[in-house]
Amino acid sequence: MNAHQIREQFPILKQHVNGHPLVYLDSAATSQKPSSVIQAVTDYYEGYNANVHRGVHTLGSKATDAYEGARDKVAQFINAEFSSQIIFTRGATSAINLVASSYGVSVCGPGDEIVLTPMEHHSNLIPWQQLAKKTGATLKYIPLQDDGTIDLKDVEATITDQTKIVAMVYVSNVLGTINPMEQVAEIAHRHGAKLVVDGSQSTPHIAVDVQQLDCDFYALSGHKMCGPTGIGVLYGKKDLLEQMEPIEFGGEMIDHVDLFDSTWKELPWKFEGGTPLIAEAVGLSAAIDFLNDIGMDAIHQHEMQLAHYAMEKMTKMDGIEIYGPKTERSGLITFNLADVHPHDLATVVDAYGIAIRAGHHCCQPLMRWLNVSSTARASFYMYNTEDDVDRLIEGLVKAKEYFSDAIG
Amino acid sequence: MLLDDLYRRVIMDHYKNPRNRGTLDHDVITINLNNPTCGDRITLQMQIEDGVIQSAKFDGEGCSISISSASMMTDAVKGKTVKEALEIADRFSKMMQGELQEFEYEDIEALSGVNKFPARIKCATLAWNAMKKGTTNSTSS
Ligand SMILES: Cc1ncc(COP(=O)(O)O)c(C=O)c1O
Repeated sequence: MNAHQIREQFPILKQHVNGHPLVYLDSAATSQKPSSVIQAVTDYYEGYNANVHRGVHTLGSKATDAYEGARDKVAQFINAEFSSQIIFTRGATSAINLVASSYGVSVCGPGDEIVLTPMEHHSNLIPWQQLAKKTGATLKYIPLQDDGTIDLKDVEATITDQTKIVAMVYVSNVLGTINPMEQVAEIAHRHGAKLVVDGSQSTPHIAVDVQQLDCDFYALSGHKMCGPTGIGVLYGKKDLLEQMEPIEFGGEMIDHVDLFDSTWKELPWKFEGGTPLIAEAVGLSAAIDFLNDIGMDAIHQHEMQLAHYAMEKMTKMDGIEIYGPKTERSGLITFNLADVHPHDLATVVDAYGIAIRAGHHCCQPLMRWLNVSSTARASFYMYNTEDDVDRLIEGLVKAKEYFSDAIG
Repeated sequence: MLLDDLYRRVIMDHYKNPRNRGTLDHDVITINLNNPTCGDRITLQMQIEDGVIQSAKFDGEGCSISISSASMMTDAVKGKTVKEALEIADRFSKMMQGELQEFEYEDIEALSGVNKFPARIKCATLAWNAMKKGTTNSTSS
């Protein structure tokens, strides 16, 4: 894999920001898009924009084929058995909310448990809090180890026969922890609980096989894997999806409508009320082609090399604190520099054209666990190079100097 | 460099040695505000008697801009009537919008550079919003 060549395919990365060539290190928030994805969306709007599943006309069939083709593409990409297990949503957030509002409401009641971890993104936390409030179920948390990983013994101890749902992030967007999903699935299933995986940060970076994970639901986000904004996916086991009620009602999702009652289409369409995300699905399909051309294993290896390279340099800096496990982690580094607040840090490096994230990363409970109010984060993708890491390190050194001079 | 426009010496001075940081121990109005997009939070306490802000103290977590702004704000409103304090706050918002370059307090004027960093305006206005909230509570009660 040649990151310098890959980078050429991303028009946005060719610009200068504040007089410096852009170094984009915020792909965990959203990834950039290659020309092929931008072109696929443009081709759709210029060539065959039409509503799907309705018209008899040529454009309508073309659009329908492309939209359903995107579903097949996603199914293959995460190794779902059937395309009908792939439901398009607005993003990972909507996918998780769909599980909570439909499946969750039907199975949870007083005395039942929902098991989470403190490292969950707000998207995989608040839907369950709301579900617990609505149904009287209890929330339980698997504690974190000091290095930000979970211990399977604690997973065993937390999940009980009362547990109905275990919801867990596969790869943490803050700590970089890669959770042992297969083992968690096995433990959950032994107690009759279902496992919901937040795959927002795993799908873009590692090869995912939902059948091997044996998860019951899997949510992913298109915009973090080179696809357009506004599209995500909910994968679910067929029998579960079949027993679930839709949560959005309207056109496209119906079979037969009477004045006083209606019936739904079969999977997956009963969950896709209204005109679906056609252009977005077409873009996501092109993004998957792009990822497959490079290869998920090559992408993962490249990110690991970069993270390792960055980690070596960063750990040598004075006053730096790096959060999360030291090994077995994903390609992002969350950290703080002594005496420089993360916002100030992000503003200073931005003046040198370097985009990093500062804040709570939608993980306020995790920030409290880390005992910080916010952190800085640099996240890598296949278009980042060692030069980008070098620029980041220079930026961090400048920020330290700047603040020690300025504070004096 | 543009950065020097943002991080002026006075700002760094207030950041390093914030004025009025701490808590008040008598009957006070307490306002907790946070900036949900970044996690910064401030606790502002004011003692208001006969429509005059007798004392003001703050505590919290934040970047150089939010801490220095809280430090300057508490300094500026102490001894002012609520009405005067709200007028200062109003001019401060105008300065953040870029509609006002000069400010009657030199220290606060140093924050005018924040206007060129749209992502940081919220940091600068946090303490002022807390003050506005606190004074509105005091007049309505
Ligand atoms: C771990 C994790 N879960 C969920 C989300 C939300 O994804 P989306 O933006 O697709 O709703 C994100 C992205 O911010 C994330 O990093």
